[in-house]
Amino acid sequence: MTASGTPASTGSAAVPHLDVDPFDMNFFADPYPTHQRLREAGPVVYLDKWNVYGVARYAEVHAVLNDPATFCSSRGVGLSDFKKETPWRPPSLILEADPPAHTRTRAVLSKVLSPTVMKQVRDRFAAAAEERVDALLDKRSFDAITDLAEAYPLSIFPDALGLKAEGREHLIPYASVVFNAFGPPNQLRQEAIARSAPHQAYVAEQCQRDNLAPGGFGACIHARVDDGEITATEAPLLVRSLLSAGLDTTVNGIGAAVYCLARFPDQWQRLRADLTLARNAFEEAVRFESPVQTFFRTTTREVELSGATIGEGEKVLMFLAAANRDPRRWDEPDSYDITRRTSGHVGFGSGIHMCVGQLVARLEGEVMLTALARRIAKIEITGEPRRRFNNTLRGLDSLPVTITPA
Amino acid sequence: MPAITFIHPDGKSERVETADGESAMQTATRHGLDGILAECGGNAMCATCHVYVDDAWLARLPAAADDEDALLDGTASERLPNSRLSCQIKITPELDGLVVKLPERQV
Repeated sequence: MTASGTPASTGSAAVPHLDVDPFDMNFFADPYPTHQRLREAGPVVYLDKWNVYGVARYAEVHAVLNDPATFCSSRGVGLSDFKKETPWRPPSLILEADPPAHTRTRAVLSKVLSPTVMKQVRDRFAAAAEERVDALLDKRSFDAITDLAEAYPLSIFPDALGLKAEGREHLIPYASVVFNAFGPPNQLRQEAIARSAPHQAYVAEQCQRDNLAPGGFGACIHARVDDGEITATEAPLLVRSLLSAGLDTTVNGIGAAVYCLARFPDQWQRLRADLTLARNAFEEAVRFESPVQTFFRTTTREVELSGATIGEGEKVLMFLAAANRDPRRWDEPDSYDITRRTSGHVGFGSGIHMCVGQLVARLEGEVMLTALARRIAKIEITGEPRRRFNNTLRGLDSLPVTITPA
Repeated sequence: MPAITFIHPDGKSERVETADGESAMQTATRHGLDGILAECGGNAMCATCHVYVDDAWLARLPAAADDEDALLDGTASERLPNSRLSCQIKITPELDGLVVKLPERQV
């Protein structure tokens, strides 16, 4: 890697250019040294590999997230600029939209996934977590990714959405395509899109009103058509947002939490001693591992950001994970501390596009960790964890563990 | 700078200084005050910075917006007529001396 004071093509201040590929396998294997170099190079950097600006410090990531008029989403939140390229799928009506269009669709999903709704599903989610622990205690040795981090959300979320039983095996592969597609045209993205047709067909079909069970999140979205809040053509695309972003993210969030608690036994014992810490133990895992590592924005005008001038129509890559470990913002950022005050981390984003399903994620994380900590004395990692590579998501493919009952 | 007082469920009160442009939630979290979680970081998305505004002050706050009103229906502790989300209370000089009570639970 090199860093120099050469101004970027459109920048007036000295924006350091870095020869870093944040979508490369070697980077994914250990992103932390590079995150540090990105943060230390300057508040705004330029990545020659993909011709994008980057921000890796907390202050600038937070600033970009909270200025959607300047740093827009409607030109795509991946590398691809929708003004110049045709999106690989019809754009999302919420993720890849700006106000005022975004405001209306966002309000619908906010209501469908509100704190009030979470109170209604809480007991069901908690019961499923207990059942999952029953199964794990029978096994004693298992893969904490497939048998826990995937199995638990799969046991509740598709039902909560109201999906049919058939075809659910497409859900995680579809999400994997979506999150790979935010990256550059590397092998991960190209292969994911090339194989996406059957997953896309499944998802398009399940988003239709007739295929969604009454009372589920999906049916609740379609019901807003009757109120005139959204149109009948918009509703399936909003259901699609839940299918895209509602499952693989929580799989990686729960996987991150279990991986943290297995690696740091002192934190596991703290949790066992006080189960009310479960919710924050999950939240801290989201900060510490940042299951969603990056998102892009596109500038709508020339803008000065922390002394750097960025021209109109430029892609800006936000390193959420680097911001979540920025020592300018966090004490001992590289330690996993389940009593940390996590408020303000950007693992779920920030501002108008902050994860609309964050309450579902926290509920799943809280009840799952509570059930585990109440009934399991010890979690030991018994084999080499294997990483799953994705352009946006960070998580494991396999985590062999053995548990000791409490 | 204006100061605000948070009263805990056990009756203990803490008076803290605000900083320019802060919300009541930001003041609380900056001072490390127990009882305000603010899981969403102040984006009006989680209802874990719930407070009960002292009656003497309630009318001096701008009314809750629709999104705040909807979130207040989902608070962990009971919603009362003086319930607000502290992330939506922007501190101005006129609010010097504001008193809010903290609920039993935020989740």
